[in-house]
Amino acid sequence: MRKYSVFAVAREAMRAHKGWEAQWTSPEPRSQYDVIIIGGGGHGLGAAYYLAKEHGITNVAVIEKGWLGGGNTGRNTTIIRSNYLYEESMDIYEHSLKLWEGLSQELNYNVMYSPRGVMMLSHNIHDSQVFKRHIHANRLYGIDNEWLTPEQAKDYCPPLDISASARYPINGAALQRRGGTARHDAVAWGYARAASDRGVHVIQNCEVKAIRRGPDGAVTGVETTKGFIGAKKIGVSASGHNSMVLAMADVRLPLQSNPLQALVSEPLKPIFPCVVMSNTVHAYISQSDKGELVIGAGTDQFNSYSQTGGLQIITHTLDAICELFPIFRRVKMMRQWGGITDNTPDRSPIQGVTPVPNLFVNCGWGTGGFKATPGSAHLFAHLIARGEPHRLAAGLTLDRFRTGRLIDEAAAAAVAH
Amino acid sequence: MTGANRIAGAGRLTPAKTARFSFDGRSYTALAGDTVASALLANGVHLMGRSFKYHRPRGVVSAGPEEPNALINVSRDTARSQPNVRATVQEVFDGMKVGSQNRYPSLSFDLGGVNDALSPFFAAGFYYKTFMWPKQAWASIYEPRIREAAGLGVSPTEEDPDHYACRYAHCDVLVIGGGAAGLAAARAAALSGASVILADEQPELGGALHFDTGAEIDGQNGYAWAQKTARELVGMENVTLLSRTTAFGYYAQNFVAMAERVTDHISRPEANAPRERLWQVRAKRVIIATGSIERHMVFADNDRPGILLASAARTYLNHFGVAVGRKVGVYTAHDSAYEAAFDLKRAGVSIVAIIDSRMRPGEGLLEQARSLGIEVFTDHAVIATSGRLRVASMTVVPNGGSAKRKFTIDALITSSGWTPSVHMFSQSRGKVAYDAATGRFLPGHYVQDCVSVGTCNGTDDLQAILEEATAAGVKMAAESGHDGAAAATPAGRNLFAWTGGMAGAAYGAGPDDSVKAFVDFQNDVCAKDIRLAVREGMHSIEHIKRFTTNGMATDQGKLSNLHGLAIAAEALGRGIPEVGLTTFRAPYTPVTFGTLIGHARGDIFDPTRKTPMHAVEEANGAAFEDVGQWKRAWYYPRAGEDMHAAVNRECRTVRTSAGYFNASTLGKIEVVGPDAAAFLNLIYTNSWDTLKPGRCRYGIMLREDGFVYDDGVVGRIAEDRFHVTTTTGGAPRVMHHMEDYLQTEFPHLDVWLTSTTEQWAVIAVQGPKAREIVAPLVEGVDLSNEAFPHMSVAEAKVCGVPARLFRVSFTGELGYEINVPADYGAAVWEAVAKAAEPFGACPYGTETMHVLRAEKGYIIVGQDTDGTLTPDDAGLAWAVGKKKPDFVGIRGLKRPDLIREGRKQLVGLLTKDPNIVLEEGAQIVADPNQPKPMTMLGHVTSAYWSENAGRSIALAVVAGGRAKLGQTLYVPMPDRTIAVEVSDMVFIDKEGGRIHG
Ligand SMILES: Cc1cc2nc3c(=O)[nH]c(=O)nc-3n(C[C@H](O)[C@H](O)[C@H](O)COP(=O)(O)OP(=O)(O)OC[C@H]3O[C@@H](n4cnc5c(N)ncnc54)[C@H](O)[C@@H]3O)c2cc1C
Repeated sequence: MRKYSVFAVAREAMRAHKGWEAQWTSPEPRSQYDVIIIGGGGHGLGAAYYLAKEHGITNVAVIEKGWLGGGNTGRNTTIIRSNYLYEESMDIYEHSLKLWEGLSQELNYNVMYSPRGVMMLSHNIHDSQVFKRHIHANRLYGIDNEWLTPEQAKDYCPPLDISASARYPINGAALQRRGGTARHDAVAWGYARAASDRGVHVIQNCEVKAIRRGPDGAVTGVETTKGFIGAKKIGVSASGHNSMVLAMADVRLPLQSNPLQALVSEPLKPIFPCVVMSNTVHAYISQSDKGELVIGAGTDQFNSYSQTGGLQIITHTLDAICELFPIFRRVKMMRQWGGITDNTPDRSPIQGVTPVPNLFVNCGWGTGGFKATPGSAHLFAHLIARGEPHRLAAGLTLDRFRTGRLIDEAAAAAVAH
Repeated sequence: MTGANRIAGAGRLTPAKTARFSFDGRSYTALAGDTVASALLANGVHLMGRSFKYHRPRGVVSAGPEEPNALINVSRDTARSQPNVRATVQEVFDGMKVGSQNRYPSLSFDLGGVNDALSPFFAAGFYYKTFMWPKQAWASIYEPRIREAAGLGVSPTEEDPDHYACRYAHCDVLVIGGGAAGLAAARAAALSGASVILADEQPELGGALHFDTGAEIDGQNGYAWAQKTARELVGMENVTLLSRTTAFGYYAQNFVAMAERVTDHISRPEANAPRERLWQVRAKRVIIATGSIERHMVFADNDRPGILLASAARTYLNHFGVAVGRKVGVYTAHDSAYEAAFDLKRAGVSIVAIIDSRMRPGEGLLEQARSLGIEVFTDHAVIATSGRLRVASMTVVPNGGSAKRKFTIDALITSSGWTPSVHMFSQSRGKVAYDAATGRFLPGHYVQDCVSVGTCNGTDDLQAILEEATAAGVKMAAESGHDGAAAATPAGRNLFAWTGGMAGAAYGAGPDDSVKAFVDFQNDVCAKDIRLAVREGMHSIEHIKRFTTNGMATDQGKLSNLHGLAIAAEALGRGIPEVGLTTFRAPYTPVTFGTLIGHARGDIFDPTRKTPMHAVEEANGAAFEDVGQWKRAWYYPRAGEDMHAAVNRECRTVRTSAGYFNASTLGKIEVVGPDAAAFLNLIYTNSWDTLKPGRCRYGIMLREDGFVYDDGVVGRIAEDRFHVTTTTGGAPRVMHHMEDYLQTEFPHLDVWLTSTTEQWAVIAVQGPKAREIVAPLVEGVDLSNEAFPHMSVAEAKVCGVPARLFRVSFTGELGYEINVPADYGAAVWEAVAKAAEPFGACPYGTETMHVLRAEKGYIIVGQDTDGTLTPDDAGLAWAVGKKKPDFVGIRGLKRPDLIREGRKQLVGLLTKDPNIVLEEGAQIVADPNQPKPMTMLGHVTSAYWSENAGRSIALAVVAGGRAKLGQTLYVPMPDRTIAVEVSDMVFIDKEGGRIHG
C-alpha cells in the first residue's frame, strides 16, 4: 500500500496525480474463504480489517450487494459519542471512541474525526434527571460528560435560543466534549483500503441470496449473484437487512426495520460549532466541513425497506430545529434521504453467536451505530476469530432477549444517536 | 438607460417600468420582470460569484434553476437576509440589496483565490490523504481553516420575521411543468372535466418557449400561444394554475410537494402575505412535463465569466432583451446553439465564430450561418480561453490537430445537448432507461400513476409533443373518471430537435490531465478529477460522485451528472448504462426551511395543554412546569417565599390540615363493555373480577417483556364500566397500548375504550381535614369511613355538578379526588378553595405532590422506574395476581434474568447527614475508593428535603437493595462522597393509619 502523506500528495501534484494506485482491488471471488462477512458497511469492512490485522486471518471476503459504504455508513449523520448509560453500552461505545481518536493514523486515511462536542439539550425536569443520571454514571466509569447551564450551553453554541419564552425552554444541557463527527465515506474507504492491502477481498455488486449449511448444521458458504462461495465462518453485518439475511439460515432476530431520514441544507459559512441533540423536540443538527447543516430526527413509525420516507418527518424535524435555532428559518434544504435501520426492542445492538454453528451476527445498531464502527468492528473480528465474544461485548448477546437481560438505553433516550 | 447591453426592441419587458437595486454596494437599474442575472448582464456584469473550492471568478451560466455559479445574497433588511439565492431565478424588486458570496475582501479580488494556485495539490479527495499529523492537528488546525474556506453564503443571524403558509390540495390531474407539453396536457385534462393543478417554477408559463422564438403553435408564436392558453386555464373553474411554484418532491401514492414563492419578487409585500407557501398535493394522476436542461461543453478553462449556455444567451436576448456580449463565440456539439447564434446575430451582435465539434451539423444550418455571415468551424474544438474576470479569447484547433487559431471574444456560448429532466419521474421511484440511439436517460418503468410528456420523455418534435401531451391529458382525465369534451390537438412546428449532442469531455480536455475542464462548476470538479477517482479504484458512480463531489453542489448535478457519468464510463471502459446514474432525491431545487415548517412555530410548534383551572392557578401566582405538552402548577409561592419555602409550607399544611391539588392531567380511559373486566385482567397484572362496583384498585401494567409500563388507580363504576387512570405522561401511549392489544390480540372481547383525559377536571383534596372540606360540597354520598372507605368510588354531585368522587390518596393522608366535567373544573376548584380556607388548607403543586408521595414511598413510574424494573423490583410484587393464567407480560416476567437474585430493587436511602439532599440521578457504590471504571450498584431516583420528616429522604434502585437494608453505601459526587444508609421506602406514618382518616 502506498502511504498517504502530505509529501506523497505534493509529489503527485507535480505529475497530475498519475501515480495514485487503486485504494482497493476488485477481485473475482475465490471458491472458498476462511471467513465471509456479509455487508460492506463500516462494520463489515472494519471487521475484515481487524481479522487480518489482529487475528492473522486474511483469507477473508466482504460481500456487498451494492457499492461499499453505500448502506447506512454512507447515509448517516455521523454523530459520535460514548456517554451512554449502561455499562455494556459504555464499554463498547467508549472502546469505539478511543479507536476513533487514533483511526486516521491507524488506517493512514483521514477519517476527519472531529471532537467538536455533542451537546444534548434538557428541556424539563425529567430530562435533567435523566441527563444527570448519565453524567454521574459516565463520570464514575471514566467517561467525560458534563452538565451545562443554559447560559453555558449558549456560550458553547451561540445560535441556540435559550429564551424562557420558547415553547420548550432549555433548562440545561449535557455535553460530551470528546463527542463529535467524522467523515462517513472515509471510514468505509479507509477500512476497505487497509483491509484490501492485507489481502482481504472486497467483493462489490454481489448479493447474498442464501446461506448454505452442512449436515452438522454449520455454515458452508453462501449462494450469491456471483455463484456459490464457500466459507468456514460467516459474519453478518447488513444493518437494515440483517433480519432478511439471518432468515436465510432460519434464524429469527428481534429486529424491526424502519426508515430513518436525514437532510442537509445548502452550504453556509461556519455558523454552528458543535453537535446539538434534543430528544424532547426530536431533532439533532451539526454543520459539515463543507458548510451544510446536517439534520436528522427519529425514525418513520412504520416498518419499511423503502429508503424514501415521508415528508411529514422532514417537516416535523425542521419545525423542531427552527424552534431551537430560529435564525435558520431562511436556510434552504438541499437534499433529503433515508436509510433502513435495524432496531432491537431495547435499542441496544446484538453482537454474538447464533444458534447456527459458525454463523455470527452484528446487528441492531439501528439509528446509532456509526459511532460504534471501529469498536464494533474490532470486537466482531474477535468474536469471529475466537468463536466467543470479547469481554467488552459480552453483554450484547442475542440470548439476552430470551433471558431478559436487556440493555434498555431507549428508556432513557427516545432518539438514540 | 437600463444597461448598455439592453437591445432596443428585443425581449418582452416594458422599458418604462424600472426598478433600482444594488449589487455589492453599487446601484443598478433593472426592468420590471428582470431577474438579478438578466439585470446584471444588461449592465455588462458577468462576474457574479466565486466557486466553492478554488474560489475561481465565475459568471452566470444559465437562465434557470440549474444555475451553479451565480449564487447571491438577497436582503430587504438585516433580518431578511437570504444566502445562496440563484440570480437566474430571483426577480428584481425595487430597493433590493444583492451581495456576492464566498469571497474576501471583494468579488473581483478574493484572497481565497490562492486555492486556485494551489489546486494541483488540492486534487479530488486530497484531504483523505493528508492533514493527519500531528494527531490532534486535524481538529485544532486544519479543520477550522477548511471550514472557513468552505461554505458559500452567510447564514442569517436574526430570527426570520416573515411567515409561511401551507395548503393541502387534492386534484384529479396534477401537471408539473407549464411549457408547451404541460400546457397542452393541462388544457386537455381540464376540458375533459378533470380538476387540474398546473404548477410551473417560472413567473410566466411557456418553459422553453421563452427563448425558442422559432416555435409556432396554432399559427402563433409559441410564447404568445402559451400566454393565451394560460389565460384560458385561469378562466376555468376546475383549474388551479400556480406559477413561481416548484414541485420539489414526489412521494408515495402520488403525493407531490411544491413550494410557491409568493412575495420574494415584490418590493413592498402586504404585511399579511406569506413569503412562500408549501403545497402538499395528492393527485389521482400526475403528468410530468418538466422539459430538458441544456448541458455545457467540457473543455479547458470553460468556467470563465462570460461563458454560458447557448439557451441562456437566447433567453436573455429573446425574453429579457439583453445581449450577453458584443463579440460572441459559440462552441457547440448540438444544433440548438446555432439558433442562439442566429438570434444574436439578427439582434446586431457579432458572432465571432461557431466552433462545432461535430463534422456534420443539422440540415440547413451551415447555409443559414453562411447567409447570416457567420463563420463555422466544424470538427473543431476550443482548447483554451483567456481572461481573468471575463472571457477575452478562445483558442481553437481542428479536432485531432494542432493548428491553433485565437479569437477575441467577450462571451462564449456553449451547448453539448439537452438532458431530459427525469428528476420527478425518478423521485416517483420510476426506473430510467438509457436510450442508446439518442444518448440519454428516459423514463422507463413506472411505479406510480403518472406519465411523462414532452422533452422530459424524449419527445423532440413540437407537433409530436403536443399530440403526446394532449393524449396524456385526455387519458389521465379519463382514468380519474372524466370523459368530457376532448380537446383538439394544437398544431406545432419547431426549428431544432432536442436530440443529439455529446456527453463527457470534448477534445482537448483529456486524456491530458493538466487542464481544468470543469464538469461541476460550483464544486470545481474537472474531468481529470473524475479520471483520478477511477484510477483510485472508485468504480461505482456513487463512489465517483462522493470522491469528487461531482453533482453534490446546490444544483445537485443538473448540468454535471451526465458529463461526469460519460467521463467515468470512458475511463472505466464501460458503457454509460452499465455505469448508471446516481439517485435523484428531493428536493428538485433547495426549499426554505420556513416553507417546510409553515405555521408550526412558537406556540403552534407543539400544542400547549392547559387544564381547566389554569387561569385560576395563574391568578393565584402559581409557578408552572412543563410536563410533556402540559403546563402544570409546580408550587404556589406566597409573598417572600422561594420555591423551597413554598414547598415546605405546602407539605406541612397538607399533613397538618389539608391541601388541594390539580390532578386533571392524569390520563383517563373509560373502559366499557360486557368484557371490560376480562380485558383489564389481561392488561393489568392484578385481578379485576373481584373488584366490586363502587370500589377502586391500584393496578400496574407491563410491557410484553415483563417490565413496568404504567400504573394508576382504576375504579369500577358499574359491572361493565371502569374508570382507568394513568400517569400524565403515559396517557396517550397507554391508550394506544390498550387499543393495540384489543384489536390485535384480544379482538374477541366486547370492550370499548375512550380517552377521557380532557373530559374530566380532577381536584385532589388531601389531608386530615379533607372530609370536612369536601363533605359540604357533595350530594348523594355518605362520606363516612364506614360508608365510603379508602378506595371507594361513587357517582355523585359536587357543587351541584355531576361528578365521580374517589376516595384515594397519593399522599398517605385521608383524601378524595373529585372528577367533574372539564367545563366545571375552574368553578369547582374555586368552591373547594373557599371551603378549604377556614381550615388553613392551601393549594399545592406538583413539587409538593412529589415530596409527599416520596415520604410514603409511592413510586412515580418513569422517574423511580425506567422500563427495566419488574413489579418485584419496584416492591410491587403484591400487585401481581399469582394465580392469574394470563396477562400482558406474564411470559416476560418468567425469564431467567427477571427472577434472578441481586436485581436492582427500589429502596429508600437516608443520608448520614440528614441535611444533605442527594442529587437525582447520582450513582451509588459500595466502595467509593475503587478505581474507575467503578462498579455501580444503582442510582438515586427521587430525592427531596422532607419538611415533615425534618430531614432529607430519597428513593433509589440498588442491586440487591432489599437485602442491604441498614447497610452503608456511598454516593460519590465530583466534590465529595456522601454516605447513605439503605432503608425501607416509607419515611412518614410507617403504620399507614393516616390514610383511613
Ligand atoms: C439517516 C441516518 C442517520 C444516522 N445517524 C447516525 C448518527 O448520527 N450517529 C450514529 O452513530 N449512527 C447513525 N446512524 C446509524 C448508522 O448509520 C448505522 O448504525 C451504521 O452505519 C451501520 O453500519 P453497518 O456497517 O452495520 O451497516 P451498513 O453501512 O448499512 O452496511 C450494511 C451493508 O450490507 C449490505 N447488504 C445488505 N443485504 C445484503 C445481502 N443480502 N448481500 C450482501 N450485502 C448486503 C448493504 O448493501 C450495506 O452496504 C444513522 C443512520 C441513518 C439511516
